[in-house]
Amino acid sequence: MDMAAIAVSILIVGGLGAALALLLVVAERYILNYGEVTVDVNAGERELKLNGGTSLLEALTSQKIFIPSACGGRGTCAYCKVKVLDGAGPLTPTEGPYLSPEELKEGVRLSCQVKVRTDIRVEIPRDLLAVQEYQATVERVRELTYDIKEYRFRLDDPPDMDYIPGQYVQLFTPRYKGNKEEVYRAYSISSDSQEKGVIELIVRLVPGGICTTYYFEHVNEGDRIRLNGPYGEFHLTDNDRPIIFIAGGSGMAPIKCMLHHMVNTQNARPAIYFFGANTTRDLFMLDDMKAFEAKLPNFRFVPVIARPDESPGWEGETGLVTQAVERHVTNAGEAEAYLCGSPGMIDASIKVLEGLGLTADRIFYDKFA
Amino acid sequence: MSEITSALIICFSAIFTGNILLTLFLGMCPFIAISREIKTAFGMGLAVIFVLTSTCIIDFLVYRYLLVPYDLEMLRFIVFIIVIAAFVQFVEMVLDRYSPTLYQALGIFLPLITVNCAILGASLFMVVRDYTLIQTVGWGFGAGLGWMLAIVSMAGLRSRLNAARVPKALQGPGITLIIAGIMALAFVGFTGVLAGR
Repeated sequence: MDMAAIAVSILIVGGLGAALALLLVVAERYILNYGEVTVDVNAGERELKLNGGTSLLEALTSQKIFIPSACGGRGTCAYCKVKVLDGAGPLTPTEGPYLSPEELKEGVRLSCQVKVRTDIRVEIPRDLLAVQEYQATVERVRELTYDIKEYRFRLDDPPDMDYIPGQYVQLFTPRYKGNKEEVYRAYSISSDSQEKGVIELIVRLVPGGICTTYYFEHVNEGDRIRLNGPYGEFHLTDNDRPIIFIAGGSGMAPIKCMLHHMVNTQNARPAIYFFGANTTRDLFMLDDMKAFEAKLPNFRFVPVIARPDESPGWEGETGLVTQAVERHVTNAGEAEAYLCGSPGMIDASIKVLEGLGLTADRIFYDKFA
Repeated sequence: MSEITSALIICFSAIFTGNILLTLFLGMCPFIAISREIKTAFGMGLAVIFVLTSTCIIDFLVYRYLLVPYDLEMLRFIVFIIVIAAFVQFVEMVLDRYSPTLYQALGIFLPLITVNCAILGASLFMVVRDYTLIQTVGWGFGAGLGWMLAIVSMAGLRSRLNAARVPKALQGPGITLIIAGIMALAFVGFTGVLAGR
């Protein structure tokens, strides 16, 4: 084979390869160019103009609408469900297993699997629209008990969060020594919603927990952190029914936030707050509670100690928090209950409250998963 | 014998007597992996028919008018592979853009068959057997249809298999290979239908 033949063969194969590559590039440029499309959110509430061709989830995230998603768009976590009114295209095989017949009927889709090709109309829960990502600085860390700390964050960017007392945020945890994944963990806001640009969270150390370990051991005052929110449906209703709060441990947070709100709005609803703790070492924020009692004429704080023998000098309520509820609550039939704490505590409390005559539709709770 | 008739015979023989899957054993990987359900097997089969027919035609043209004139037949492997890969990519884009429904049905299978040996094999047989363009069309279509016939029947058999008690060691690919062998034996029965080919 002479040089000319070699040159020709290189030329032919190279030319063919180049021509095909060019064809694909041109095709991608023109065929896959969907042009500008409009994503209509909640019938005109937000109108997003963007280039088509991406997934709905990417499109929404790029416009700062945060839809929960844990699997990175692979269609396996099913958190990113969004109601698509039209423009979604046919259902993909990936989505089928994650959608119930009712959801299919309503047009619910996994937004990571829906490709934005044309104008599209979607419905997103109001509270998700308000969710933003925040850069914040740790302003103060306060030790509340041996395993509970209060973190006060100054929001840097955006500078303020508009939240409903009772809602929670997700704290970002980066990779650090001993932890290989980035995670978000939910914490209820405990601060006064009238205080602008600041939020406080109450964090209880979970032994071996990725996020709590990070915060307890690696985050100090002055450090920069990331969080997003607000999320959640747990909030005070707007009526005059007497309130029963029940919480334990860091379940204090959303209740404290609601109490601040009651002070701010001069809410005179009768309210009693049962706070369960094992020993007096587990009690905290007693001064804050005294202050609420002084400011709210119809509010009473009832700490309950489960192990009085380990709590020298304790003269208050003893036993399980549910037993104290049974002893004190006489008006359950007309009251509303707000519970926050461990699943065990919440389930036991619901049982007791229903036994006292409270109907399930008036019991609101935020369960730690 | 006219060219059309011979193309029809080639097509028929590609489906039965010379089934690309069951007598030539090409394209076994998706045959075993995607034959769990009739519906997906059917989609995969359609994709193979389409890609096989079109790539055979394109490869024929490339071979006849680009490689043969310059005496570059020995480059056909690499050239065919490039052409097939680019073509499948292109088709995927076109479907994605203009026919979301068809894309939904075939789209997920297309990348799977880009590098399938049945596709390349069909193009190479076309060269070895010295087909004309019309014969190539018959060959490509027949080979694809034969492949689909085999995978759909396999999916049908496997759906029955759910009720059977398969020894643990043979569950999954094991029993599928055994069934494929028996099916191949059955297809040998067609051999006498057409002499030659």
